[in-house]
Amino acid sequence: MSAASIAALAADLAAGRRSALQLAEDALIRAERAAALNSFIRIDADGARSAANAVDAQRAAGAALSPLAGIPFAHKDIFCTSGVATTCGSRMLRDFVPPYDAQVVERLASAGAVSIGKTNMDEFAMGSSNENSAFGAVANPWDTTRVPGGSSGGSAAAVAAGIVPFATGTDTGGSIRQPAAFCGLTGLKPTYGRVSRHGMIAYASSLDCAGVLARSAADCALVFDAIAGFDPRDATSVARPAEATAALLDQPLAGLRIGVARDYFGGGVQAEVGERVHAALRELERLGAVLVDVGLPSAHHAIAAYYVIAPAEASSNLARYDGVRYGHRTAQARSLDELYSQSRAEGFGREVQRRILVGTYALSAGYYDAYYLRAQKVRRLVANDFAAAFAEVDLIAGPTAPTTAFRLGEKSGDALAMYAADVNTVAVNLAGLPAISTPAGFADGLPVGLQLIAPAFAEARLLNAAHRLQQATDWHLQEPAA
Amino acid sequence: MSLDPAAVRHIARLARLAVADDQLESLRSDLQRVLHLFDDLAAANVDNLAPLAHPHDQALTLREDVVVDGDRSAQLLALAASSQGGYYLVPKVIE
Repeated sequence: MSAASIAALAADLAAGRRSALQLAEDALIRAERAAALNSFIRIDADGARSAANAVDAQRAAGAALSPLAGIPFAHKDIFCTSGVATTCGSRMLRDFVPPYDAQVVERLASAGAVSIGKTNMDEFAMGSSNENSAFGAVANPWDTTRVPGGSSGGSAAAVAAGIVPFATGTDTGGSIRQPAAFCGLTGLKPTYGRVSRHGMIAYASSLDCAGVLARSAADCALVFDAIAGFDPRDATSVARPAEATAALLDQPLAGLRIGVARDYFGGGVQAEVGERVHAALRELERLGAVLVDVGLPSAHHAIAAYYVIAPAEASSNLARYDGVRYGHRTAQARSLDELYSQSRAEGFGREVQRRILVGTYALSAGYYDAYYLRAQKVRRLVANDFAAAFAEVDLIAGPTAPTTAFRLGEKSGDALAMYAADVNTVAVNLAGLPAISTPAGFADGLPVGLQLIAPAFAEARLLNAAHRLQQATDWHLQEPAA
Repeated sequence: MSLDPAAVRHIARLARLAVADDQLESLRSDLQRVLHLFDDLAAANVDNLAPLAHPHDQALTLREDVVVDGDRSAQLLALAASSQGGYYLVPKVIE
């Protein structure tokens, strides 16, 4: 079963060759056949059938429909879905059934897209391999002994395996782009504030972004256009009209200045990965782009700043899980204090506990200035680097991840090795910029991702560049052997 | 910066996370390794830089202070493991 684009499926639906219900049933069958990947935490067959039937009825009645109407997809299990369990990959929320929909869920539902279920993820989006899920690791469809990346690993595996043409994801430090790179997909992390965080379970609120993983930039554009926009329920949502990126995909790249970030090709980058990325950049040059060498001299400080700021915000955000209002509650407590501390110890996995403790430490009396405040100043330094570079260039490029997908278990015992893999993605979140990972070929049979970074609110430029590259290459069309 | 077991106990207490005695040392060495990563912050030159708490440095938008989704207390209380008469129930605090 080859994976069709959203546009091809939409054309089939419009011409009456397929119904939304047929597409949903096919996706459900593919999900069942690929169950060994463990890419889903929950399949919602009834919800999918009922949403598909509703779209088919609207179409039969002659309603004007969105290009996403009737297209099957999956939500990362971090987005609250009314009446459908939302676990965030955690034992803490194993039985949590939200009473409302996230804004991203509302937007896609009102566009008529048909969710077939909730995808696996690192617990509370904390991880780069999907091995931190309370529901088990996810296998990479390109090599099932390898990780799909994280934290949106289930979304990436589900799209790469051809189960659904797109899936939602979230990106706090690379959690859309790195799994997209590891699974041969296109992954868009929008500008901070561009897509509402309402109903998206919080990890680090000043960094969290909702976005999309799909095969192509054109598909990402359709989904981004549906989910972007102001939402009064998110206090950091940006009140600025979003441009229709899908209409701007075909602009010529002549004269586009792409800054090749020499600091993103450092010693940790696997040689073949660097070569593939340079080859993809030469392809962009052939399409008219101008390659310019740029420096991001503070890039190497980004990991330390990120791993102070994100855990600090997490320690505050995750304080809400107290065993009282919702989420896991221990059966052991004799006092209120024990209720809190036992419920949290039982509900959170090891990496989440580690980040809560690190964050608590960074915020505690005596360490606040040395860690948290200093990390925020380094954050400014990192953001200033980008601002200086964007005075010279339109986009910045480098490898999305320093390596191809690593083996399951290879880094799971070593938090620092795992954190180091985020070196090229976290700086983008610190600065709140949009970025995309687009396929750049293969190293030893495993996908490599090219990361393009744009100034704030220039998602259209990213999608345009990635789309033109994809029109000239076929890396994004390659599929893993079944 | 070296972290002793008492400091780990203190942080865990602040974070309201119960730590079993047999977990303490592995947690301590874990945290110690992560904290070493932060030494890198001291190497960055951040003189005269204001902290950046938020991308874009934007002001938060406020909405009108009006009820938009009505009284959902019953729905929200239903999520709790234990509630009674419109209240959350917890172990007795005052004997």
